[in-house]
Amino acid sequence: MNVMLSWLSDAFLLVGGFLCITGGIGLLRMPDFFSRVHAAGVTETLAAPLLLFGLLLQMEWSLDMVKVLLILVFVLATNPTATHAMAKATLHGGTRPWVKGKNEGKAGEASSNP
Amino acid sequence: MLIAIAAIRLTDLFAVVMLFGVYSLLTAALFMNLDAVDVAFTEAAVGAGVTTVLLLSGLRLTKRWESRPQRSPILPLLVVGITGAALLYAIMDAPLMGDPSAPVHQHVSPRYIEQGPIEVGMPNMVTAVLASYRGYDTFGETVVIFTAGLAVMLLLGIPNNPRPRPGVSAIGDQIVVKAVARALIPLILLYALYVQFHGDFGAGGGFQAGVIFATGFVLYDLVFGDGSTHAVVPPAWLHRLAALGVLIYGGVGVVSLLFDKAFLDYTALASDPVGGQHLGVLLVELGVGITVFSVVLSIFYAFSGRSRES
Amino acid sequence: MMTVAIVAILVTMVLALIRTFLGPTEYDRMLAANSFGTKTVLLVALGGHALSWHSFLDVALLYAMVNFVGTIAVMRFFEYNNPQDETDKPESAA
Repeated sequence: MNVMLSWLSDAFLLVGGFLCITGGIGLLRMPDFFSRVHAAGVTETLAAPLLLFGLLLQMEWSLDMVKVLLILVFVLATNPTATHAMAKATLHGGTRPWVKGKNEGKAGEASSNP
Repeated sequence: MLIAIAAIRLTDLFAVVMLFGVYSLLTAALFMNLDAVDVAFTEAAVGAGVTTVLLLSGLRLTKRWESRPQRSPILPLLVVGITGAALLYAIMDAPLMGDPSAPVHQHVSPRYIEQGPIEVGMPNMVTAVLASYRGYDTFGETVVIFTAGLAVMLLLGIPNNPRPRPGVSAIGDQIVVKAVARALIPLILLYALYVQFHGDFGAGGGFQAGVIFATGFVLYDLVFGDGSTHAVVPPAWLHRLAALGVLIYGGVGVVSLLFDKAFLDYTALASDPVGGQHLGVLLVELGVGITVFSVVLSIFYAFSGRSRES
Repeated sequence: MMTVAIVAILVTMVLALIRTFLGPTEYDRMLAANSFGTKTVLLVALGGHALSWHSFLDVALLYAMVNFVGTIAVMRFFEYNNPQDETDKPESAA
């Protein structure tokens, strides 16, 4: 049982770490704000709970487990909210998604029709 | 350090404020690495939370782009360089960090470490030193915080009716943020109370708890519009609360005086000395928490209620 | 495996920091700073368990809260953009 738990925890940590790095690379390489939001959203909403689950499986039964669960719930509640809020605020500010071949100029400029 | 250099070189003050938040967060991680949990707590709460909000509300009142400096920076650079070199030269004489033969580790620290749990009876040694052994210094700190709030009130004042915001705010139609904030604010306040009363056993204490409590109200104000918090916590109450916190702290000291002991000697508060210490630390941290909360919130009121006179 | 995850988080933090420096618009910087904050919560939680820090979970929970409040503050204060800000920009802006 312990071996399976430790194997499961390692799998979670590995997948979580991989998703973190791909999210980070996406944050750098994506051409437009909205695609970056998507990349960052993956890190926050999927990688963070996976990593915290991996941590949870490695701890003994104690108060710390409840705290990790609290952090997990909090992160799951606030990070998608913050991402959504930022995307909506950007849309409100006038930025439009970059569509290939349609908009001239760099992504991030306000379009002519609000 | 790279962040600090970038913060100096960038002229967009908005980016600089965000970089300060990132910097404070890295410093908190560094403090955790040095095993100073209470300091990391305070740094995270104050530096990354409240200071970012206050700097942003101050930035709204001034220009966003830094203007060119009028004079050449050679003379200030020289002064800073000489002072820095003198300080570095002085540091080289000091003992290395963690050196067991340093003078500070010979007399004072062993006494606190050995006698602390016996005299004060508290697992968290930082709170024991802060609130009991060095209680007078902490009283000074609380009065300093109160004076800072007083100075901001005298200089800026809180606008009585915050002007209605022109235009529609982005927060206005963000239902998700509003719903989540409504659910989260009670939890934040509950966490602040946990930090306040758990300061005896783990990391925490009055300063951090006051700041977190104020952060909950700041979040309410940010999400639901300027001035909505004025209906919940009126500014007049904040002034009284700030004074009340300092009064509680000083009052504990005076009560000790009335029992023929020294000022802020907590053993006078109960029949058995350790119980007296517990009660004294509890009351004192409560005073600190109340003062910090009211001062932080009133400074936020003073900054956020104003708009730029153009 | 924990060290692998911690190294991955550190690498992601550096990448998010680069985006904070570069970010052509302010929204990019806001997003990258929020991402950096989330990674720090994970770093403190995982690193604290690996290095046996005291009370590290309290700091992680606090930082998650502070990150959220900071992001909302940045967004809120940025949306009230004064049109005067654009004309203030100096010609030789960095």
